[in-house]
Amino acid sequence: MSLIVESIAKRFGRFPALKGVSFAAPKGCFLALLGPSGSGKTTLLRILGGLEFAELGHVTFDGEDWLAKPARERRAGFVFQHYALFRHMTVARNVAFGLEVRGRKTRPPRAEIARRVEELLALVQLEGFGKRYPSQLSGGQRQRVALARALAIEPRMLLLDEPFGALDARVRKDLRLWLRELHNRTGITTIFVTHDQEEALELADLVAVMNEGRIEQIGTPGHIRNAPATPFVAEFLGQSAPAPAVIPLRPNRTNLHVP
Amino acid sequence: MTPLQPRGATEDHPLVRIAAVTIAAIFIALFLVLPLVVVFSQALAGGWSAALAAIRDYDALQAIRLTLIVAAIAVPLNAIFGISAAWAITKFDFPGKSLLTTLIDLPFSVSPVISGLVYMLIFGMQGWLGPWLRDHDIRIVFALPGIVMATIFVTFPFVARELIPLMSDQGREEEEAAVSLGASGWSTFRRVTLPNIKWGLLYGVLLCNARAMGEFGAVSVVSGHIRGLTNTMPLQVEVLYNDYQYVGAFAVASLLALLALVTLILKTFLEWRYADEIAAVHRH
Repeated sequence: MSLIVESIAKRFGRFPALKGVSFAAPKGCFLALLGPSGSGKTTLLRILGGLEFAELGHVTFDGEDWLAKPARERRAGFVFQHYALFRHMTVARNVAFGLEVRGRKTRPPRAEIARRVEELLALVQLEGFGKRYPSQLSGGQRQRVALARALAIEPRMLLLDEPFGALDARVRKDLRLWLRELHNRTGITTIFVTHDQEEALELADLVAVMNEGRIEQIGTPGHIRNAPATPFVAEFLGQSAPAPAVIPLRPNRTNLHVP
Repeated sequence: MTPLQPRGATEDHPLVRIAAVTIAAIFIALFLVLPLVVVFSQALAGGWSAALAAIRDYDALQAIRLTLIVAAIAVPLNAIFGISAAWAITKFDFPGKSLLTTLIDLPFSVSPVISGLVYMLIFGMQGWLGPWLRDHDIRIVFALPGIVMATIFVTFPFVARELIPLMSDQGREEEEAAVSLGASGWSTFRRVTLPNIKWGLLYGVLLCNARAMGEFGAVSVVSGHIRGLTNTMPLQVEVLYNDYQYVGAFAVASLLALLALVTLILKTFLEWRYADEIAAVHRH
């Protein structure tokens, strides 16, 4: 187990966002944080990325005290729900950003940066888009630029906040498959937040179902689907699951009262 | 019967439109254009040479010099203050945030004369620090420091007011992205925040500069009206006018008005020249 999260707690004012979250996940896994809005999943992701601070708890990653490192030293590639691309920079400059801000000693030479940018744009299938501005791209293209930008720093961990939330259904399906393939190729520990159970179950190796600042259950998609640990998990999965083909009729148990 | 004219839901009757445009045009002509024309025509009433001679007068030149020095100190300081205040208010949550927001607006709601008087009460001969300052031979009122301080007070809100709505609209995500990509605080500010706000900042600085050069009330109280020494351009205009030197007064006034016009033209030119870039920054 390489990522160990121990009793993380966080409140915003008087609202408890996380009430002691603990779990462990192997390095290189693809983990989904699944839950309704307000369940604390994004807060947990932001804590892992160093954008928010936990009041209590520990996180160990690869044997290191993860929360002791400031955000800029974690090399946690963060992909925001609304992409947060630098709007005044071209696509190429966006992708190069993480390399250009490095200290003089560790910064690759200019030609090397340009080569890396080309490589990453090819990886996200956006060759030839380097000179465009984010405002000239579609939602799906922006999403992939955001991914390329996060991958440029050779992240130790990839954190995605509702990565497909702002896209239309068809683009979402394509991008989902593509992301899974990308993960298979790179093997970077990836954690993504979603409220779509279908997305989580289809895509992830491990799914953590969250509710009201706690993890209700964590396990493989098959495990979660077949053996929901709590009534909440059963209900949350059942609610948005595709309707069964045949609706069983149970006439003996009808509770109809005719006054 | 006249046929019904097809009209859009938000489209007003043509008469309403004509009336609105006419009223606006009359107001602009009466209250903005006419005074400007009068200023320039009065300045040139005695011919170009008389107007130029009035500006070349020693006291007038000193007033121009002082005005430029005051603006050169006050505007950068207020730009730095405005950026840090807007940055703090829009990018962080801290106790006392709404109080700070309210305080920034204070100079807009307080009469400039009162702010001048406040500096007199603090630094003047009869003020709290007056005797101490006299003993240490430090001159604040009736000298450059007092004039600069009064100007800073009056022009305090311009940059911050311009930047706060812009920065809160842009949110914190781009900065967060920069930090997660390994950028330091300064690097994030220089590479991400500043480019995103530069047009708002420029506009705020231009407004701040126009007001800093034109401020009369607060400066009038702390300057002491020493000719050729502590008179800024607006004060010099008043002095000349009271001395019945109309050509001189209006010549200096025209110069002041020209500075304002140049500011406006510069802003319009920049907006036209960089229209594409401005649109890209404001679009999501």
